[in-house]
Amino acid sequence: MAQRIEMSGVHAYYGSTLAVEDVSLTIQERHITAFIGPSGCGKTTVLRTMNRMHELVLGARVEGKILLDDEDLYDPGVDPVAVRRTIGMVFQKPNPFPTMTVYQNVAAGLRLNGARRGRGSDELVEQALRRANLWDEVKDRLHRPGAGLSGGQQQRLCIARAIAVEPEVLLMDEPCSALDPISTLAIEDLMLELKERFTIVIVTHNMAQAARVSQTTAFFTIAGAGQPGRLVEMGPTATIFSTPSQKTTEDYVTGRFG
Amino acid sequence: MITRGRRLPRWTPYAVAGGSLAVAEVTEKTTVVSGRSGVVLVAVATYLVASTAISAGVEGRRRCIDRLAGTLLGAALLMALIPLVLVLGYTVAQGMHRFDATFLLHSMRNVAEQQPGGGAYQAILGTIEQVGIAAALAVPIGLGVAVYLAEYGHAARLGRAVGLVVDVMTGLPSIVAGLFIYAFWILLLGFSFSGFAGSLALAVLMLPTVVRSTEEIIRLVPHGLREASLALGVPVWRTILKVVLPTALTGIVTGVMLGIARVIGETAPLLLTVFGNPSINADPFSGAQSGLPLFIFNEAQQPYPAAIDRAWAAALALVLIILGLNVAARLLARVASTVNRR
Ligand SMILES: Nc1ncnc2c1ncn2[C@@H]1O[C@H](COP(=O)(O)OP(=O)(O)OP(=O)(O)O)[C@@H](O)[C@H]1O
Ligand SMILES: [Mg+2]
Repeated sequence: MAQRIEMSGVHAYYGSTLAVEDVSLTIQERHITAFIGPSGCGKTTVLRTMNRMHELVLGARVEGKILLDDEDLYDPGVDPVAVRRTIGMVFQKPNPFPTMTVYQNVAAGLRLNGARRGRGSDELVEQALRRANLWDEVKDRLHRPGAGLSGGQQQRLCIARAIAVEPEVLLMDEPCSALDPISTLAIEDLMLELKERFTIVIVTHNMAQAARVSQTTAFFTIAGAGQPGRLVEMGPTATIFSTPSQKTTEDYVTGRFG
Repeated sequence: MITRGRRLPRWTPYAVAGGSLAVAEVTEKTTVVSGRSGVVLVAVATYLVASTAISAGVEGRRRCIDRLAGTLLGAALLMALIPLVLVLGYTVAQGMHRFDATFLLHSMRNVAEQQPGGGAYQAILGTIEQVGIAAALAVPIGLGVAVYLAEYGHAARLGRAVGLVVDVMTGLPSIVAGLFIYAFWILLLGFSFSGFAGSLALAVLMLPTVVRSTEEIIRLVPHGLREASLALGVPVWRTILKVVLPTALTGIVTGVMLGIARVIGETAPLLLTVFGNPSINADPFSGAQSGLPLFIFNEAQQPYPAAIDRAWAAALALVLIILGLNVAARLLARVASTVNRR
């Protein structure tokens, strides 16, 4: 059930400003694809066009075609809510629900979607927390507020929340930027495990991480302030990090950027 | 190296305050300054000058400014608290005379104004019913409008128009709301005076307060929470219901309380719609009712000490109802959010 995403000629706007220009790429199913590039080049924006979160920003719109297994995500007949249910997301900043406990946060996706307080939900919550490498730390405080956790724990809670609903594609926007190396490794292990069944796209500023977990890497850049971001090249991670075809990519991955 | 600098001892402010007061007393004896307020004014001025000068001499510029700012802010706080404490204190002191079981449990039926005894039961009942119905009307509508304005209406032309109407309604004089219901409900549609007519007028007054204060609170809910919920594939309406409103719950409760406090003491609209009644009328939908503001208005006009005492006791009852409502609302909000936490 893992699914493939194909973008062609995608332009993303915030109001009248073009933030990302003409992106065409393919996200392979059961693959981990990494997005790298300097700050402001539009990685988050591209990611958010894939689960129709982009249009939630006032005045934001998308041009071009995005296919999820040959189905046009922006077809007028497509329900954005259904798209977001299929394509999950972990945000750059941890955002647990402050009125909910740890347990409720993880169960939120199921509960908010109207599932009844089922038998299986305890196991589901535990399983999601274990996969996010958070279980041991919170098993004694499942019924305390989720906002009472540390920043890194909150982020893992958000990851647990996102995977608890078993999306087919998981978009992760710098999920490890607030984590210590141990949790980071746990998240990377989780990604490798999830990739057996799911498609994963991860935005990261950590080159080593991109090299460790991803099979495919896409490099984005921006020509200067006020210019739209664009995709420079995309290819097997090993190639991008050793012999990229573009000079800018090489400069960036070797740290000579700017 | 960090030098600690010389500091004035902790007791300095008290010493300076005492000194200033002494100076003020002497000034009153020896100059044209007279009366309590004169003494207080001179004492405050002396305190400001003296503490600033002493601090500037000993502690240096930054600490001196800090002290001056602290003093001014403290003075502002006191100025704000004085009328509040006086009003509350005086109401309690005057209201105590008649705040008894008879007052709470009896009406003014067959009690002449000059007689002692009698009570405000009919007025307390009327106020609770009128304000309760007004809240039942205004809170759901107001909350709905606030959600619309905060979540959907920011871009739409309709949203801006509604916002403008709400702002205009905020400034609506209460007598106009009363006149409107009187002209529309009683004269035009032909209903009689009733508690419900009063509730309509109060609801008109409450609505904008509820809308504006809850809208602000709903806007304050971080955008990331909405996105987190939407990204889980939760529809917008469910996100608002299950994530946004619970997060804003305490603020919403405060907004509703503000709305209630805004109208519970309104007299003018009730005069035109509820009319007033010395006897108990428990039915808010037919016939003239009483209400605490009407009761106070009526009793305070009487030239009899017994009536004046009843007016004060009713004022105390009104204050206590507002206080009780506030405490109850806060407890409710806390219970609701801990229930959530389990
Ligand atoms: N909500 C928004 N409204 C207007 N402009 C935005 C908004 N979000 C992003 N932008 C603009 O779009 C461009 C791309 O931003 P984006 O967040 O996609 O970058 P990014 O590659 O994710 O950067 P970072 O690595 O810092 O997270 C930037 O120029 C940014 O200023
Ligand atoms: Mg980003």
